[in-house]
Amino acid sequence: MKLSVSQLDSFYGPAHILSDVALDVGAGEVVALLGRNGAGKSTTLRSIMGLVPQRTGRIVFEGRDISTLQTHEIARLGLGYVPEDRRIFTELTVEENLMVGRQPPRKGAPAWTRDKVFSLFPNLGEMRGRLGGRMSGGEQQMLTIGRTLMGNPSLLLLDEPSEGLAPKIVEEMAEVVLAMKREGLSVLLSEQNLHFARKISDRASIIEKGRIRFSGTMAELEANPGIRDAYLAV
Amino acid sequence: MEFLAVQFLTGLASAASLFLVASGLSIIFGVTRIVNFAHGAFYMLGAYLAYTLTERLSGPLGFWGGLLTAALAIAAIGVIVEIMLLRRIYRAPELFQLLATFGLTLMVQDLVVMIWGPEDLVGPRAPGLKGAIEIFGQLVPRYDLFLIVLGPTVLGLLWLLFRRTRWGVLVRAATQDRDMVAALGVNQKWLFTSVFALGVFLAGLGGALQIPRDAVSHAMDLRIIVEAFVVVVIGGLGSVFGAFIAAVIVSELNAFGILILPKISLVLVFLVMAAILVFRPWGLFGRAEGQPRQTLGLTIRPWKPFTRTERIAAALAALVAALLPLVDGAYALTVAAEILVFTLFAASLGFLMTVGGLSSFGHAAYFGLGAYGAAFVAKSAGLPMEVALLVGPLLGLAGAVVFGWFCVRLSGVYFAMLTLAFAQITWSVAFQWVEGTGGDNGILGVWPSAWAANPERFYWLVLAITATGIAALRALAFSPFGYAMRAARDSDLRAEAIGIDRKRVQWTAFIVAGTFAGIAGALFAFLKGSVFPENLAIPLSIDGLVMVLLGGVETVSGAVAGAIVYKALAIWLVSQAEFSKLVLGGVIVTLVVAFPKGIVGFIEDMRARRPRAKAAAVAEAAE
Repeated sequence: MKLSVSQLDSFYGPAHILSDVALDVGAGEVVALLGRNGAGKSTTLRSIMGLVPQRTGRIVFEGRDISTLQTHEIARLGLGYVPEDRRIFTELTVEENLMVGRQPPRKGAPAWTRDKVFSLFPNLGEMRGRLGGRMSGGEQQMLTIGRTLMGNPSLLLLDEPSEGLAPKIVEEMAEVVLAMKREGLSVLLSEQNLHFARKISDRASIIEKGRIRFSGTMAELEANPGIRDAYLAV
Repeated sequence: MEFLAVQFLTGLASAASLFLVASGLSIIFGVTRIVNFAHGAFYMLGAYLAYTLTERLSGPLGFWGGLLTAALAIAAIGVIVEIMLLRRIYRAPELFQLLATFGLTLMVQDLVVMIWGPEDLVGPRAPGLKGAIEIFGQLVPRYDLFLIVLGPTVLGLLWLLFRRTRWGVLVRAATQDRDMVAALGVNQKWLFTSVFALGVFLAGLGGALQIPRDAVSHAMDLRIIVEAFVVVVIGGLGSVFGAFIAAVIVSELNAFGILILPKISLVLVFLVMAAILVFRPWGLFGRAEGQPRQTLGLTIRPWKPFTRTERIAAALAALVAALLPLVDGAYALTVAAEILVFTLFAASLGFLMTVGGLSSFGHAAYFGLGAYGAAFVAKSAGLPMEVALLVGPLLGLAGAVVFGWFCVRLSGVYFAMLTLAFAQITWSVAFQWVEGTGGDNGILGVWPSAWAANPERFYWLVLAITATGIAALRALAFSPFGYAMRAARDSDLRAEAIGIDRKRVQWTAFIVAGTFAGIAGALFAFLKGSVFPENLAIPLSIDGLVMVLLGGVETVSGAVAGAIVYKALAIWLVSQAEFSKLVLGGVIVTLVVAFPKGIVGFIEDMRARRPRAKAAAVAEAAE
């Protein structure tokens, strides 16, 4: 397994957000973490990344327990994190945003350069000098992914990549995820948009109230409409 | 005309050092959110070290090498301070780091006197830049011309550093979103350390460059730190270019103020700053700050009114305090009364800071206005103490009404600096309006009425008023008005959305705090029998901040504990030790590291931990 999470519990102060969360992502796999608003999707990704200070459990990445490491150490091992609210550096240009993400190339992970990112996201290449704050939501979403790719991750944590985007851009985003998969990247994405997740994922887990309720292949989820209606229908 | 041109050049030369110091302060604040009060101390140390090095070394290489070595040494000290002290307290409540760096400043003030002695030192002239050049028929020192060129050069180098290097880009990114930078694999720790080192290096260099122009003295730290804060705020926090422009504005105001408006020369800079902030609340080149306040500690453990037991304990404490005259003599009672007065002062500032989330850097203004108000009534109008104690604080109230109206339009550090500006304006009125206030000589002979003249009775009077005042402020914190203040503090937008008029609430809070400070000031006037401009000067405002922070800025009444501990310690140390500031500073730094939530915050943490530990034990037993 590329990434293996087990018995993960997370807290914000006294509030118990995640309990006993378990997840696996195999090498080259795209896994979707599905759930409604507030189910604990983002907290799961943030916990893996070490951005939730209070967490317990085992998080094993490429055979190494990373649950006690600091955020920047986790990132340097090859875990790329794309936050849900994009968190573009608004005062920095597109090129500078990419520069912040730059890390040395890493064995066993696709190597990215600025030009390679621009070839994946051609319209970013046309606005290299534009400030992050002057970009549309879709452009920012491209930039935040490109920025993380500059760190040459072998696994990408994608937090709700389709959120707030126009349908056409969501289609493009699906293409991008598949392109990254072809490069050999593993992806763990959180999603509410089942339609989007279905197109790109190999397997799925469903989270509700901080607990994993289902794990299986995409086909198994399709074959089980009861689960889908219970945990995903609005 | 020629004379004015030369005066302008002198102003530009002064701007160079000020720019170096202020840009360092601005850069450090931008990334680490630390208001580095010790920046002036590093500036001063840079000057002293440069003095020693240039005295020892000779020739041009010795001089210039000495200046640079001094600045690098300061940067090294900065690295040590950052790693040993600041790293431990980055997660502490906002402004707590200010307390730590204030402690450092106190220590450095005494250390400098211990090492270099109390006399002013005159450094050597710069080799190759001695003498003067004639410009417009006037002599301009060559060294001034060098500084005039140096300022823009440093600005250019900093611009290149921040725009053209990856380090600079990382720093700018971290200024906006530290967590995201970490998630991209950047070790923030070293980024912070290097930023702090650069900022402090600039301060040290600023100090070192001053030695051919000015005497090196142990008072230069406070002078520069206030000016540097003003520059940073006028220019806009985090903007290096803004710092440059503002440094020029401030230096030119200083250069021409004496010539054109000597009557208000001391206050001119603050008047301009106040005017700029009213029209541009984020400085000339700053941007609105979107950072929400961190109130994690509060959300985990909400404030609660006193329980019955706690009420009884508080009443008992007041009773014990009332019994003090039975065991102690007149001197101790006077000291105790002074501590009580400052407890009320700190409680009023604490109310504004903890409940309202408004950190005033100029709260002494209202204390001093109350003191002067009482003195005017007692001396000029010849009315008795009872009237003076009632009417005097109204001057504090009036000041808070006027100044508060402007201040609540700003927030964060800008709010703090505007309060500082108004306090400084008030101070200079007290200092320069000799006919009204006696200027530096103050107003003497403000004595209590006969019935309260003996130390015991006056002590009881102070105790009664202070205890009532603190109880009233605490009650207010738990009143609907207090909840509105907390709502406005925690989320401006949400508070407005549920119909709370934020500005009105904060203005009212400002007035309440100013009035209680005025009451403390009026008591102080009668305790000392006199009023001086120092009763509303910056050091007293800072004392107030230290008391509140020491007590715990996330607690309701921490200021009371902070005031008692700080004031008692300060009074005792001054009477005991020769280098009291060194010890006091050391104690503050130790307290900061040991109790990052303040004294009362620490006690509350301990109390909160106990029941949870019990609950855990019960749960374990059940399993």
